[in-house]
Amino acid sequence: MADVLNRTAREIRDEVAGGTLSAVDVCGASLDRMDAVNPALNAFNHIARDRALERAGEIDRQRASGATLGPLAGVPIALKDNMCVKGMRTTASSRILDNFIPPYDATVVARLERAGAVIVAKTNCDEFAMGSSNENSAYGAVKNPWAADRTPGGSSGGSAAAVAARCVPLSLGSDTGGSIRQPGSFCGVVGFKPTYGRVSRYGLLAFASSLDQIGPFGRTAADAALALSVLAGPDGADATTATEPVPDYLAALTGDVKGIRIGVPRAFVSEGVDADVRRTFDEALETLRAAGATLVDVELPHAKYAIPVYYLVATAEASSNLARYDGVKYGYRSPHGKDSLKALYSRTRDEGFGPEVKRRIMLGTYVLSAGYYDAFYLKAQQVRTLLRRDYEKAFQKADVVAMPTSPMPPFKLGEKTDDPLQMYLADVFTVSANLTGAPGISIPCGFAAGRLPIGLQLTGRMFDESTLFRIADAYERLTDWHTQSPVI
Amino acid sequence: MYTAAAGWCLPRLNNSIAAGASAECDNYTAIHVRFGFRTPQSEAQLIVKYEPVIGLEIHAQLRTRTKIFCGCSTAFGAPPNSQVCPTCLGLPGALPVLNRQAVDFAIKAALALGCAVQPESIFARKNYFYPDLPKGYQISQYEKPLALGGAVEVTAAGKTTQIGLTRIHMEEDAGKSLHEGFFDSDRNTYVDYNRSGVPLIEIVSEPDMRSAAEAAEFFTHLREVLVSIGVNDGNMEEGSLRCDANVSVRPAGQAKFGTKAEVKNVNSFRYLQKAIEYEITRQIEVLEEGGRVMQETRLWDSSTGRTHSMRSKEEAHDYRYFPEPDLPPLVVDTARIEAVRATMPELPEARRRRFVAAYALPEYDAGVLTQSSELADYYEQVARDSGNPKAASNWVMGELLRTINDRGMNIADVPLTPAALAGLVALVDKGTISSSIAKDVFGKMFDSGRSADDIVAADGLAQNSDEAALLAIVHDVMGKNADAVTQYRAGKNQTFGFLVGQVMKGSGGKANPKLANELLKRELNR
Ligand SMILES: [Zn+2]
Repeated sequence: MADVLNRTAREIRDEVAGGTLSAVDVCGASLDRMDAVNPALNAFNHIARDRALERAGEIDRQRASGATLGPLAGVPIALKDNMCVKGMRTTASSRILDNFIPPYDATVVARLERAGAVIVAKTNCDEFAMGSSNENSAYGAVKNPWAADRTPGGSSGGSAAAVAARCVPLSLGSDTGGSIRQPGSFCGVVGFKPTYGRVSRYGLLAFASSLDQIGPFGRTAADAALALSVLAGPDGADATTATEPVPDYLAALTGDVKGIRIGVPRAFVSEGVDADVRRTFDEALETLRAAGATLVDVELPHAKYAIPVYYLVATAEASSNLARYDGVKYGYRSPHGKDSLKALYSRTRDEGFGPEVKRRIMLGTYVLSAGYYDAFYLKAQQVRTLLRRDYEKAFQKADVVAMPTSPMPPFKLGEKTDDPLQMYLADVFTVSANLTGAPGISIPCGFAAGRLPIGLQLTGRMFDESTLFRIADAYERLTDWHTQSPVI
Repeated sequence: MYTAAAGWCLPRLNNSIAAGASAECDNYTAIHVRFGFRTPQSEAQLIVKYEPVIGLEIHAQLRTRTKIFCGCSTAFGAPPNSQVCPTCLGLPGALPVLNRQAVDFAIKAALALGCAVQPESIFARKNYFYPDLPKGYQISQYEKPLALGGAVEVTAAGKTTQIGLTRIHMEEDAGKSLHEGFFDSDRNTYVDYNRSGVPLIEIVSEPDMRSAAEAAEFFTHLREVLVSIGVNDGNMEEGSLRCDANVSVRPAGQAKFGTKAEVKNVNSFRYLQKAIEYEITRQIEVLEEGGRVMQETRLWDSSTGRTHSMRSKEEAHDYRYFPEPDLPPLVVDTARIEAVRATMPELPEARRRRFVAAYALPEYDAGVLTQSSELADYYEQVARDSGNPKAASNWVMGELLRTINDRGMNIADVPLTPAALAGLVALVDKGTISSSIAKDVFGKMFDSGRSADDIVAADGLAQNSDEAALLAIVHDVMGKNADAVTQYRAGKNQTFGFLVGQVMKGSGGKANPKLANELLKRELNR
């Protein structure tokens, strides 16, 4: 039964719908695989065995009764532990929510389950999605399935590792500054960040509201496209979702890249990039060029400010978004805060939040403070506008912009934990898409020495996810990076 | 109920609050002593020497069925924490969605007060920690509010002044902290989130008022407008209308404003003027003694009739406002403004003037009848249907309002329809029944919903205008009261009233008084 986990989500769905595979069997295989690898990977905060088997059984009964099955019927899926599932513990990998059980479903959860997907687990992540290595989790770091001493990337490390380790064909992450694409790159899987507003954030524990976006991990572009087609579309519960019509993403997978113009910001990607990353990046571009795409030079003069701008905007919003975790209504409450309200707050938050979260709350509080707001927050928003214009200009010449997803292959656990600034710089190529709202994808494009996965990142025009899927799918047809899997 | 065990209950806020309170007590004890030595004359003189400057900030709850960012009910008085959802509880991951009706009500208020509704306004987060603020921030509007400008004309002490409005912005209400009334209130505070997310508008005035009376008049006027256009219920006791006052004083003739104190917690209509008067006097006293007025927030305490310091300028929160990323800018186009304008009822001021002109009512009557648009609507229908506006006014202002007040009812809940009351007015006009009988009929109509005709017919209450029958009663009365007749005929006219009374009594109160008068006079003079 284990080989069923080598199948794509599309294959599983078709076989479940066709009656050649039972959803319960697929689910069981997924659960067993998670149980087997989790001691080594620490990728899951919670494995929902009973609930998952029950849902899978429901899918099988629906099929037996002749009901039409949804587009993800019987497909096991793991969710980053910052999305609310009614009745299922949801922690954002934070001590402050260690005991939190949401009384409601996130919109993505409702949509997945309506499509027949079976939620099997909540995945480990950086606390409140703040981090690039998954080391900021109250439950310990996730290990990279390709190299146990290395990070799977962050913050959606568990979701990426779960797909790479063949536990599930699909998982969901959230991407605020690269938190889907970078772990996708580090774990050798497809990671997709949709356009801001494409997928509802209702039920996603907010980190930075104007940057957060939920997206899928899969082993193929087609699976990611299938998942997004279920997730995408306006939601009455999220006022920031776009009314833009959702195209048929699967129909975009023509396998053809002829005439596609790929913009390359040579100046921006020339510095501080690992040699293996540079080599695989150039090879990937050459592969696409040979298949009929055109490479054009583009400039992103303000991209060098993206990291500082990101850390002003994201921390400002986070400082406000995380104010609700105060020990009053739910979650952790310090037993040492009985003397006064102030003590209740400060002890609860001091004991409940980890160091990186506290650092960002303090940064963000400072950024928004009277006298600093104009110099920091307002200025950051202005640079954000300039960055948006950079991309608009680039998209006049090119259909997508290509960059390495990360300037480096997966680094060692503990390597950057003492130097937050170095850690922040790991996101240099990914944060722009969040600041501008553009969609982005990371696809496996080779390995560094020691079989460490490397990803190619493509960023598209607003709401043009289709072109990203199309190029990624065509690239998969020309290469076999995405078919390789780690040995665990 | 209050879910203490599930984490709604809070440790009692012992140290910090208690420490603050004792300092405040000392403070106002001192003031109290000083006031004890002052004579009324010197107080009046000081008010002349100084000019008060007052601006108001009014929070008005919008009468929407549901909250501003979620679908929960806004009904007052429901069991604690029974009208809540992930959004208004600030649960992780929950998001706000703006209530269109709340926006339309806010636009309506802005139009009624002459404010300019902005084509684009922005919601902003006001960040501060308090248990009744579930998200740790309040969604409000800051740099770009819904409406700007506007003015209200106010007449106090015979002087009419334009009071400018600075802005109107939309925001959500917080929940309610309950520090008393539980068995463990010495240790715990409870929080009820039913009010969390109830839609409010904040109306900010310019510092254009120069006396407490003017401020009270301004507030009265504002309340009247908001209630009459149906966006607010005007109920201060339930907290659906609240008022903070910015008060300062300056030496008469000085252009520069003095340092202001913000007076909060004025939660009853009758206290507004008192609170401001107290604060004016307090500030003058401070200046007279060579002190400096501190910029601070002060709480009004209705039980002592004083304000006391809540927090100084230094302790003021830095609210770290920034644009709310969960809500797109609020765009209001001309079509929407015009659609709201089309629903605007006649404003009380205009209606009052029209009542005086069209129905020849005294100013006073017109004022009473236009207190609320429901009452004014009721009156107008009675006036139209009965064809006697003055009589209609007497009935509505008299019997109707008295009955409503006695029973603590709202005009909307009155079972007696305006048409039925008009029927009663018409019966009196036609002379079918007397005014005194009509009052009894009113009482019977009010609850039963029966028509006046019906009751008069069934109870045989119609006036007796049968000349022969009345004449018989007149003769009977004259026979039984020969002394009075003799006295009258001797020129003692006062006895006439007594004799009329006897005739009315003899008819069981049903005699047509005019006819009874005529017949009696004719027979006496015979
Ligand atoms: Zn609610």
